[in-house]
Amino acid sequence: MDFLRPLTWQDALAAKAARPGAVPIQGGTDVMVEINFGSAARRPEALLDLNPVRELAGHEELPDGTLRVGAGVPYVRLIAELGDRLPGLAQASRTVGSPQIRNRGTAGGNLGAASPAGDCHPPLLACGAVVEAESAARGTRLIPAADFYTGVKRNALEPDELIRAIRIAPASGPQYFAKIGTRNAMVIAVCSFAIALHPRERRVGTGIGSAAPTPLRATAAEEYLSTELDWEGRGPLPDAVARRFGEFVREAAAPIDDVRGTAGYRRHALAVLARRTLTWAWNDHRAARKEVS
Amino acid sequence: MAAPIESPGRVAPPGRGGVGDSPVRPDGTLKVAGAFAFASDLGIDGMLWGATLRSPHPRARIVSLDVGPALAVPGVRAVLTHEDVPGSRHFGIDGLADQPVLAIGEVRHQGEPVALAAADHPETARRALAAIAVEYEVLEPVTDVRAVIADPEGNRVQPLGGITRYQPVRVGDVAAARAEAEVVVSGEFEVGMQDQAFLGPEAGLAIPAEDGGIELLVSTQWLHNDLKQIAPCLGLPEDRVHMTLAGVGGAFGGREDLSMQIHAGMLALHTGRPVKMSYNRYESFFGHVHRHPASMRYEYGATADGRLLYADVEIVLDGGAYTSSTLNVTGNAASLGVGPYEIPNIRIDAYGVYTNNPPCGAMRGFGAVQACFAYEAMMDRLAAACGLTPLEVRRRNAVSQGSRLATGQVIDSPAPLAEMLTRLEEMPLPPAADTSDLRNLPGGVSQTTHGEGVVRGVGYGVGIKNICFSEGFDDYSTARVRLEVIGGAATALVHTAAAEVGQGLVTVQEQIVRTELGVRRVTVAPADTRVGDAGSSSASRQSYMSGGAVKAACEAVRGVLLERAAARFGHRDLSLSDGKVVSRAAGVLASVEDVLGDEAVEETREFRHRPTQRMDPVTGQGDSHSQLALCVHRAVVDVDTELGLVKVVEMAAVQDVGRILNRTALEGQIHGGSAQGLGLALMEEIVVEDGVVRNPSFTDYLIPTILDMPPMRLDILEYPDPAAPYGLRGAGEPPTLSSTPAIVAAVRDATGKALDRVPVRPEHLVA
Repeated sequence: MDFLRPLTWQDALAAKAARPGAVPIQGGTDVMVEINFGSAARRPEALLDLNPVRELAGHEELPDGTLRVGAGVPYVRLIAELGDRLPGLAQASRTVGSPQIRNRGTAGGNLGAASPAGDCHPPLLACGAVVEAESAARGTRLIPAADFYTGVKRNALEPDELIRAIRIAPASGPQYFAKIGTRNAMVIAVCSFAIALHPRERRVGTGIGSAAPTPLRATAAEEYLSTELDWEGRGPLPDAVARRFGEFVREAAAPIDDVRGTAGYRRHALAVLARRTLTWAWNDHRAARKEVS
Repeated sequence: MAAPIESPGRVAPPGRGGVGDSPVRPDGTLKVAGAFAFASDLGIDGMLWGATLRSPHPRARIVSLDVGPALAVPGVRAVLTHEDVPGSRHFGIDGLADQPVLAIGEVRHQGEPVALAAADHPETARRALAAIAVEYEVLEPVTDVRAVIADPEGNRVQPLGGITRYQPVRVGDVAAARAEAEVVVSGEFEVGMQDQAFLGPEAGLAIPAEDGGIELLVSTQWLHNDLKQIAPCLGLPEDRVHMTLAGVGGAFGGREDLSMQIHAGMLALHTGRPVKMSYNRYESFFGHVHRHPASMRYEYGATADGRLLYADVEIVLDGGAYTSSTLNVTGNAASLGVGPYEIPNIRIDAYGVYTNNPPCGAMRGFGAVQACFAYEAMMDRLAAACGLTPLEVRRRNAVSQGSRLATGQVIDSPAPLAEMLTRLEEMPLPPAADTSDLRNLPGGVSQTTHGEGVVRGVGYGVGIKNICFSEGFDDYSTARVRLEVIGGAATALVHTAAAEVGQGLVTVQEQIVRTELGVRRVTVAPADTRVGDAGSSSASRQSYMSGGAVKAACEAVRGVLLERAAARFGHRDLSLSDGKVVSRAAGVLASVEDVLGDEAVEETREFRHRPTQRMDPVTGQGDSHSQLALCVHRAVVDVDTELGLVKVVEMAAVQDVGRILNRTALEGQIHGGSAQGLGLALMEEIVVEDGVVRNPSFTDYLIPTILDMPPMRLDILEYPDPAAPYGLRGAGEPPTLSSTPAIVAAVRDATGKALDRVPVRPEHLVA
């Protein structure tokens, strides 16, 4: 197994073009676990260590206000530096592992691994984030998060592509992320849910984690809320609406029974999380109006 | 009350690092700083790396095995199978050598070692394993313990059979008592397979010795019992197997059985080179035995006012493919199957059985943990049926000094259970959770609730554990103590084979020497087999046994020293005090250094606890235990009743330890045992399906974090046991027993669910 360590983004793209079988490391908190788990026969031909690539470690605001977050920004910085503008992603980042893991792990690595249980995916879906991929041969390509996840631990990247950044609009309304685990910290999601209110568009974004072969949006649930919520009057959230929303989310999931939980529990828990997070978000939205007036 | 016991305070003034103080342990800072050398850190020039090929199947016939392709891998120095075992091909921890060193024609559990490789680099060794060609004929595994009991012959998984041990207990007349009972409660309970989850995986180094034998530096709990198993398999006399304890990263029973010891020895003898073996976390889950899963049926009858009349109990323990400690685990489950309660009529049937599930053996609590979960659930059911509080029903049936256990054994030292329960009751309850910090809520920062659905519950648990080895085992420890002048100061060396596994024994040994000899400078020699057997660091026994041996050796050294002083000064009323020889009549005569001069005093002593008896094979009667220890817990939980997530808010414990030797270390033991019990209550389980482990990693085998383990309120009692050194009572295991049922009772209190299985999973709470 070769270990490739480019120091610049251009060298990284060149290395990936030359060795499409190389597995990128962006943090390593997932890849190294996989390698330690796997037999010698299952090891990748090469590791492509992106940690030293400085271009990936920053974030910036694009002219249209969109945030461009480098693939190598660790969770700890997502929380500290972007938590005010990307609260859903920051909350999800806060649930990842331990402080050591959050110092090292990245949202870019989370996308590369594309595990259905990855904590970043639900808020990226709910916020309508876009993955900025790049290859030496074809340059930059923008992939909406909703199109990025193609199967269990598979994504839309071509073999010569790497993730450069995540493009994501700053929150225009309340966002929440909630994750079920069987311990109170350092736990992989049994299932998870993210919600983002987009009041200007009178729309709600959702993301479901660890309850289907890929992370996914609950589109029927989103459409239901677009029409049912009292966007104009910001009236109280009817309990029936919250419950119906939970049912839509439950129906959107396609979970399995596994060692972390049963399909039935995951569906049940998603309905509860959807109802609770919507309630928190809508209450925040109502409170924000009061503060304005 | 017990007779007054000898006071050690007369020799070592307090505050000098003697018994009763809490001197800092020598390994503490190193471990916190990541600088402690564990067995996995060992290395020596020219060493090879060993690796183990393990069965992927729980049960299969080995049709063919070809090591040729592995030997062809460059850098591979040896590939060995059972045909290369130099001596006996089987070993076993409790005298029954039924476990193959390497599989012989058949594998009986997933992960069973099949072949070994040694290579210049660990990665090369792993490639060699991948190149070994094994053809298996996969067979249907036996995994149902009750099927084994129903048809032991038809479900025989190995030559010793289907049932490892059947131990009945018979007291009084259960049928007659059943006819009189005004209240009857019953239940069926299950305990999942818990893992010791020690943080330092199995590792060690084998070095060919000049005498043709082998030097082994290994992480173990009991050097001499390892030695007795290793030597015959390596075809060596015991005096050519030289064992030294390497840095141990936790044990909890999981290092009682051998792991890599014989394998590394074989590879080193075969290649003539040092061989290191170091399991990774995945392999570790297959590299040691686990806690026996249990399937239990209980029925209790009582008077209307909650006084127990009878217990009718069946306990089935799954020992997996090999015997390991199942004989004694089953004995414990039988003798302690109804806990510390007075019950006049008892019928217990305890079984340990063989299956093709992962082998199970020793783990903290050792057969008493499983029964404790069941009998405490039964006490709560009885309380509910009689309209009593959980504490009151326990007090009404609690044992005390003079009570008989199920085995007929009379408890002949303090057993202040009723007082302990009352003390627990009088402790203040914690306030409502501060919900402004998500970490105080179920789910923590995963933010599953802001308080919605959260209900508080309170529960209690009581446990009783035998301390030291039981049932007639000749249980002893050996200590060598040498006192001499080094650099002008009296210095004591204490040497035992007792394994420091993280419990703090090294520090306690130093404290005892300071107390007994009145010297400040004490060195603890590395534990090895150049000194006599110390027995295992298990059964909460080392402070008692090796502490007792160190104390006895010190007393002998002191005797010699005072004899010398008596001869020199003509006084016989001598004692040691703070480095001085003191005459009652004439005052200080000389310093210890003066009396010693250039001549060291060295004494070796063996220490035994009082003998025990085997349980009668038909009635289960007999004085089978040496010492018994009690712990009681109160757990307070907040449960998200809609999602089934639990936050343990507080645990309170009252434990009688006879005498506190080192409060810091003791509190650590109670905290740690309670945490391990919390793990069993709420999350820790090796999930096995059709004999295959589904979660062999810390990704999915979850142990409590600091956000799961709450602050504890401790009340430690000191009712001395006159039979024990300093009156102490072994303390490491009891808290592991009672914390589990206390937490589950609290969750029941919050949810109203029956919860007859641990670990409790979220789906059990919302179903």
